[in-house]
Amino acid sequence: MKKDIICTVCPMGCVITVEGENGKIDSIEGYTCPRGKNYAENEFVSPVRILTSTAKISGAKTPLVAVRSKTPVPKDKLFDCMAEIRKLELTAPVKRGDVLIADVCGTGVDIVSSADVK
Amino acid sequence: MYEIKCNVCVVGGGPAGLAAAVAAKKEGAEKVLIVERDESLGGILQQCIHPGFGLKLFNEELTGPEYFGRFIDEAEKAGVETLLGSMVLEVSENLVTCINSEYGVCEISADAVVLAMGCRERTRANIVIPGTRPAGVYTAGTAQRLMNRQNEMVGKKVVILGSGDIGMIMARRLTLEGAKVEAVVEIMDFLAGLTRNRVQCLDDFGIPLLLSHTVVDIKGNDRVEGVVIAEVDEKKKPIESTKKFIECDTLLLSVGLIPENELTNNAGIKISPVTKGPEVNQFMQTSIPSVFACGNVVHVNDLVDNVSAESATAGKNAALFAAGKLEKKDAIKVEAGENVRYVCPQNVVPCDGKVDLYFRVMKPNKNVKITVCDGENVLFSRKAIKVNPGEMEKATVAVDGISALTVAVKEV
Repeated sequence: MKKDIICTVCPMGCVITVEGENGKIDSIEGYTCPRGKNYAENEFVSPVRILTSTAKISGAKTPLVAVRSKTPVPKDKLFDCMAEIRKLELTAPVKRGDVLIADVCGTGVDIVSSADVK
Repeated sequence: MYEIKCNVCVVGGGPAGLAAAVAAKKEGAEKVLIVERDESLGGILQQCIHPGFGLKLFNEELTGPEYFGRFIDEAEKAGVETLLGSMVLEVSENLVTCINSEYGVCEISADAVVLAMGCRERTRANIVIPGTRPAGVYTAGTAQRLMNRQNEMVGKKVVILGSGDIGMIMARRLTLEGAKVEAVVEIMDFLAGLTRNRVQCLDDFGIPLLLSHTVVDIKGNDRVEGVVIAEVDEKKKPIESTKKFIECDTLLLSVGLIPENELTNNAGIKISPVTKGPEVNQFMQTSIPSVFACGNVVHVNDLVDNVSAESATAGKNAALFAAGKLEKKDAIKVEAGENVRYVCPQNVVPCDGKVDLYFRVMKPNKNVKITVCDGENVLFSRKAIKVNPGEMEKATVAVDGISALTVAVKEV
């Protein structure tokens, strides 16, 4: 498998070409710094993203509270995590950093509140 | 009439206003008051639930609410006072007039005023898209507010015009919430927003980005039924033979932001024709010495970290002015040279210390040299592999004894 990865480490946006199979890298070209190389390797083997969304909350001025994955989750789990977040029915107050879903979808990552809702 | 007296009055409680107020308080201003029209602080960041804030300032990837949450904590700790649900009607040298449903008309006298009203989105009317006027045409920020604060889904099949950051971020948000984003259409031949957002918001979800394309017609009666897009030529004129219909129920517009300067204009403050915000010096001081300005009301920033930094400068200097410690001295005009659209601050007072000059290029370029010169004398020089109008550049220069300043970006 050959993949062109646009590096997002800095604004340069190098296009890094990675070749390999089953998470094993055979060749990597086009990077201009070690951070870029590292980014492309991770992006090829196991891409991860921070997931942010909103959750329903009652007893507050607003109907929603912003939530996030505390750390990045695997990219291919984003929609599964969204389905779990959609099930939340919270009650105010919620504090910034409160764990709302522990270990979401077996990723080992917590979904936490982004905001203080009184 | 309800009257309030304070040392520094900050108009707007978004990231700019919060940072300015905290800095004013830290500089020793006794009474610092933020006047905010919303019922809560945080401004636009309240709906910016996505990550990417604070990488520069906190070296962490925060969401909007987390970012302003930290500033609210600081403001509370510093003893900044707030007047929420209050719409400012008029600003003059030492007076801010606002209305509040509890107190009616309030007159706030202040030794110094900081303008931090932010910006607003350009709309369909600004870019004149022909067609019918059905429901389902939103600015990206309005859709963002509806979805992230009011729990209203805006549509199921969406086309986004403009590749600005908010548009791309909404493309991801809509997709995660189950909508199908048919395309992001951009009239320029380059991306308007950050590359990071292209990768994480469009490429991740297979959303097509159509550069050098625009929306030429909107179809539908009660609700949007589709849009007609077309490729554009070098003069940005749509090419008839490339017209294509895309079925959709929603069109989002992410076509630029304009500083919200009704108050600034009415106060008679000098406005830059390029940024459409007030001209400022390195103290973020406007043409009225007691009035300072910061954040997107001055010029539209791409990173809130820069807004916070520049707003802290405004707040600090407003406090110094209020205490009679900032003299008004003659400034020189900063010239925008080759491939530079504008420089902020527009004016610089020669004095001890260094000044951060923020600027944007006119067009994308590669392998360039950024210079800041005082006539023939080069004060700053840096090579850049890539410059892009969507990404603000910075040059820091010593300004003691200078007689002119020109920022230029030239190919090497």
